[in-house]
Amino acid sequence: MSIQTLERILSEHPFFKDLKEEYLELIVGCARNVFYKPGDFIFREGEEAHEFYIIRDGRVSLEISVPGKNPVVIQTLEDGEVLGWSWIVPPYYWHFDARVVEPTRVIALDGRCLRNKCEEDHSLGYELLKRFVSIVEQRLQATRIQLLDLYGAG
Amino acid sequence: MVQVEREIITKEANPMLPQLFVIRSRKLETSDTFTLELEPIESEVEFSFLPGQFNMIYVFGVGEVPISISGDPLKKNRITHTTRMVGTVTKAMGMLKRGDVLGIRGPFGTSWPVDRCENCDVVIVAGGIGLAPLRPAIYYILANRERYNRVILLYGARTPEDILYKQEIEKWKSRFDFEVYVTVDRGTSGWKGNVGVVTTLIPRAPFESRNSVAFVCGPEVMMRFTAIELIKRGVKEDNIFISMERNMKCGIGLCGHCQFGPVFICKDGPVFSYNQVKDLLFKREI
Amino acid sequence: MSKIKFYRLAPEDLNKIFEYFKIRGYNIIGPTVRDNAIIYDEIQSVNDLPVGLTDEQKPGYYRLKKRNDTALFGYVVGPQSWKKFLFPPILTLWEAKKSNGKFEIFEPNFAERKFVFVGVRACEISAILIHDKVFGGGQYTDPNYLKIRKNVFTIAVNCSEPGENCFCSSVGTGPRALTGYDLVLTEVISKGEHYLIAKAGTESGEEVLESLKFNEATDEEVKKSEDIMSDALGKFKKGVELDGVVELLQLNYENPLWEKISEKCLACANCTMVCPTCFCNTIEDVTDLSGENAKRIRRWDSCFTLEFSYIHGGSVRYSTMSRYRQWMTHKLSAWKNQFGMIGCVGCGRCITWCPVGIDIVENVKLFKKDAIKV
Repeated sequence: MSIQTLERILSEHPFFKDLKEEYLELIVGCARNVFYKPGDFIFREGEEAHEFYIIRDGRVSLEISVPGKNPVVIQTLEDGEVLGWSWIVPPYYWHFDARVVEPTRVIALDGRCLRNKCEEDHSLGYELLKRFVSIVEQRLQATRIQLLDLYGAG
Repeated sequence: MVQVEREIITKEANPMLPQLFVIRSRKLETSDTFTLELEPIESEVEFSFLPGQFNMIYVFGVGEVPISISGDPLKKNRITHTTRMVGTVTKAMGMLKRGDVLGIRGPFGTSWPVDRCENCDVVIVAGGIGLAPLRPAIYYILANRERYNRVILLYGARTPEDILYKQEIEKWKSRFDFEVYVTVDRGTSGWKGNVGVVTTLIPRAPFESRNSVAFVCGPEVMMRFTAIELIKRGVKEDNIFISMERNMKCGIGLCGHCQFGPVFICKDGPVFSYNQVKDLLFKREI
Repeated sequence: MSKIKFYRLAPEDLNKIFEYFKIRGYNIIGPTVRDNAIIYDEIQSVNDLPVGLTDEQKPGYYRLKKRNDTALFGYVVGPQSWKKFLFPPILTLWEAKKSNGKFEIFEPNFAERKFVFVGVRACEISAILIHDKVFGGGQYTDPNYLKIRKNVFTIAVNCSEPGENCFCSSVGTGPRALTGYDLVLTEVISKGEHYLIAKAGTESGEEVLESLKFNEATDEEVKKSEDIMSDALGKFKKGVELDGVVELLQLNYENPLWEKISEKCLACANCTMVCPTCFCNTIEDVTDLSGENAKRIRRWDSCFTLEFSYIHGGSVRYSTMSRYRQWMTHKLSAWKNQFGMIGCVGCGRCITWCPVGIDIVENVKLFKKDAIKV
């Protein structure tokens, strides 16, 4: 996959909207294209978190494994969604498994590299944190609503 | 095609008197939800309704409950009701069989404004049993498909076992002119589809916000959060419609029970535009 | 256009009116004393009226006292209202019987009763007119109410002395009865004289007065009755400007003032029972032990009960505050959205019969004061 295509995909993605040209370039420099088959794990709970992903297409299931039971699916993510915020929050490890359900193409971004750049340039850090806080907020809100068990017998 | 008629008035001189209907079929949809198809006992009785309206259903000697009509508004004299067994009356209803008789009063209430716009996108968001009152609107829209642009259904159920109308949903999914997205709050093994609350489907749903009409039905909390997501997407507040619920006893605006602020859910609703009720929706104990 | 005629009736002349209606199959309903209160029930003659009695009313307080005259209508309103007859507390709507695997519903034959309501106050006329709108003016109507209503002959009485809790003048419903009656009476009583000035409000009223050949009143007698009514206007102890209260209450659902004013409320529902316009009711389906026979009954209900707003395993209005707020906001505000006028007629019953003396007028004043502060 050419750099030009990666650049196009990333610059058009709503997540990177309004990001300064030079920061986008930086991010493109840290990006690579990855393909997963159903059943693959993109990452496992407890592993170190050094990447994040933009799902181009496919479906990824966020799961927590429970001994003696089937793993609990917290949420599934699909086309265009951002996967993984643990890379930007110390101590940088994954809180759940990300298992691929359907053939999935992602753009993987090198978190370690980006983290260093964020320490050097706080402005870049702020731009990324802003965006990730928004992701975390969405996930939190969705989880809270799930907790309400709205369709339960009441 | 069939034009939507103006509000249908129950012909009864005494609106508290039920008409007798016989159960023609019964189907168990999930462990606690069933669908009944009813037919009037007397052939002269003509029953027609608008999508979104409800009936007051009477089980002999037990009581009466308001249940949305969930069948095809273009099929006269077949009334379908999908009901969840939650209380005395609905549990008694759940034990009835083909050939048993029920009392029906209705149809009452306001309807989904299916004729509100030409060439607009229609986004239908259903939560749990909320799919039942929306199904008549879906039937109507599909029967008049050329009038609309994109038609999208976002449906959230608790678990894959709680999905209603499973076979029908498969049929809908196979249509090229109807985009159906189903999600569950809790996945179970074998479920390969979406997991997450139905509101998570909204940001990416393929509709043109400025030219969209949304019909939302489900638990009140779900409708609140859904409306917020739709508005975030740019859908206009007076183009979002929800179906409210409150305790009902008479169904005709005379007993006072179903009041929600100044409106009676049974006659000013149950379908309201989000605009109409948004102020009260976020206040407690109204 | 014929001139309005005023007639002079001696107190006993009312018996003639009662007889006129009795032979035509009417039940005469009027104020009478029972259990130390003036309630509405069937009366036979003037003697059954609370002659020479008056009612002392304050928030949470009601006592009958002897007057120093023999006035027939020297009191205001008690714990009952005319809704007792037009909108009965318990009514069987229909009966059903199981047969051949299905069941049959028997349409009720609501009793054909004809009533004369004697001593209806101006506020009560307004309350009846409000119920006419509620039960008869919507898409769906109450056939029982309409049936009884069309056979009611109304004999109104103008109040000469407002009660301490009365505020009909603030609502614009009294103290003078302007419409909605077949006959209206104004009692004139002083040392040496006691008569009633009667005026017809409808053709049937006129017919009764003519056929019973009552004498026309003199101009002086009519003037005396007019003076009584204009004096009454100055005797109110309670009043509040209700302009803007409809908007005010619907803008203040979340005002902490609600907690404060409903602090003492016991949710006893007295106010809704005595209020002449409260119409909330519940429908009950009952069956006999055999399970073969069923009935549907309509009963008075109150928004103050916990079950009133029950849905999906809980009550929407769980706190007493939310129920008090519902009642007061409905009565003074939402009612206007629903029926075109507010639901309160200023009779003061809710103030008198509240066991802890919650005063709806004082509560309105608190909200108005609070609104100015903001």
